Amino acid sequence: MSTHTITTQKVNFKVFRFNADEDYLPYYNDIEMEVTSEEVVLDILNRIKWDHDGSFSYRRSCRHGICGACAIKVNGRSTLACKERINDMIELFGNELTIEPLSKKRAIKDMVIDKGDFWQKHEALEPYLVSEVEEHPESEHLVTPQQADALLDSDLCIQCGACHYACPVVEVNDEFFGPAAFAAAYRFSADVRDESETRVTTANAEKQGVWDCVKCFECAEVCPKEINPIEKITKLHQMYFTDGKAESNVATRHAVAFKNSIAKNGVLDEATMVLYAEGPAIVKHIPVALKMLTKGKIVPPWGITKSENLDEIKTLVKSSSTAKF
Amino acid sequence: MEKLKYALFTGCTAKQSTPEQMSSTMAVADKLGIELVELTEASCCGASHLQDYDEFLSLVLNARNIAYAEEKGLTMVTICNTCQLNTAMTKHKLDNDADLKAQVNEKLKEVGLEYKGTSQITHFLYAIIDDFGLDKIKEMVKTPLSQFNIAPFYGCHNIRPSELQNKTHKTAESAYRPTSLDDLIIACGGESVEYEEKTKCCGFHAELQAPHTAATLTGNAIAGAMDNNADWMVTPCPLCHLKLDTQTKHASEAIGREVALPVLHMQQMLGLALGCTPSELGLKHHVTKVDFV
Repeated sequence: MSTHTITTQKVNFKVFRFNADEDYLPYYNDIEMEVTSEEVVLDILNRIKWDHDGSFSYRRSCRHGICGACAIKVNGRSTLACKERINDMIELFGNELTIEPLSKKRAIKDMVIDKGDFWQKHEALEPYLVSEVEEHPESEHLVTPQQADALLDSDLCIQCGACHYACPVVEVNDEFFGPAAFAAAYRFSADVRDESETRVTTANAEKQGVWDCVKCFECAEVCPKEINPIEKITKLHQMYFTDGKAESNVATRHAVAFKNSIAKNGVLDEATMVLYAEGPAIVKHIPVALKMLTKGKIVPPWGITKSENLDEIKTLVKSSSTAKF
Repeated sequence: MEKLKYALFTGCTAKQSTPEQMSSTMAVADKLGIELVELTEASCCGASHLQDYDEFLSLVLNARNIAYAEEKGLTMVTICNTCQLNTAMTKHKLDNDADLKAQVNEKLKEVGLEYKGTSQITHFLYAIIDDFGLDKIKEMVKTPLSQFNIAPFYGCHNIRPSELQNKTHKTAESAYRPTSLDDLIIACGGESVEYEEKTKCCGFHAELQAPHTAATLTGNAIAGAMDNNADWMVTPCPLCHLKLDTQTKHASEAIGREVALPVLHMQQMLGLALGCTPSELGLKHHVTKVDFV
């Protein structure tokens, strides 16, 4: 029979406090607590409210990692409070833990934030099946296990917002739809029953759409359901090409330029690629390019050392290409 | 200790816009007695952009690169975070999906190659830490960087996704409190600077399509280092270097304050401590002047 030992240790919590109705600026409460290895972060939130300050506010409901209400940040890391073991946080950050809402600038009261931007962006990408449903179908509309697998678990999203408020692009660009909305867009666009004509076009919108992703993998790192949103963003990128819906913009031309350059040189011809991607807009890069040139940081197309055995690369690009532009 | 030998996947940047990274890598390897066999046959890793366009082609091309390291019976060492991620992701996918591996090998067969999955892939930073050892580095330091506050900038693609990254090196690394680059700074005798942006994104991969977003992230990173009294920054990623070194004007405009710091490649920092010359380290190739050597 295995034995399980419950351990306890002291942790200093710094707890973000703010009441939009009364406070001009947020402040932090220092609370020292004895925590046990059995507790999750939500237990700590409960104890702050029950044992220290009844006015402390946070969202919670299911306590089983399915409602998505209790996501907060611990030492800047998005986390679902009911799922995250406090000992894992101590292991990661030590015994000084800062408890904050997912987005400090959206705080209404303590951990409670105005998540309106999250829901509006979700809604904009039609997070539902768009389909002409027959009122009296004569047969079932079957989805095969393989077709269901193609959703890549994107249907497991609980809309907790952990990834959305961990995304550095959302942080600096209010327009950007964000990883959760894109994961939802992928979930329904990859569904064989879906007939939406507008969703993927909207997800492509300038300044808001998938091409503005910086590929930092913050969303993949924090997702409590391990959905890997950036994988879905990549799938949406690919979908534009495979469905022939890729608009010619600087990002799509840049992606295609990789293939062209590899087919020609094996390696990248950086200068020619930027020219291909930007077109006449290349002029805006001239000041930086000149500085780089004087420092020996630009190799002209004729100075590039091509890959050896280039014929192999040319053969493989020819035989293994699956996308068209 | 047996002489360390690796297959070097330089990536494209070290051969073009960061020539100083190439020369400093070779100079440092020479000082440490590490043999680097350059994979001159290798193609571009796709840098996540080819992956957006044609994933299967990216897998085939990366598998070809790895196959050359396998032929040599060597661990592949990368010197770019994005090369590391895209090559390691390819290996992870092929090693865990026999059907996909067979499809890729069917293509490689046309050019007489096979991906077996026998070579490990690791970034030079981790090869130094895991295989060479920081204690030995400390013993070899000739010019300790003791007068400098150095801000480590980790670069996304070496630390996230941590589950995959931690399969590629022996020293466990946290995506939130990484230590490898801090440890290298300390081994070189420097003071490592703690700041919030050290694990954040520089914006490189969205520079063309989202210039304001990219420049803001770059600006925030440099500002974070400056506000914590950094004398200069150091990074294992040439793409982060390019963003932080060459884009200070756009970054300053984006965040509304003047920001600029010298940004060294980790090889250049190590080279300075080991006594390499400034010309071996290519310090003249920086746009933001390296004014302290």
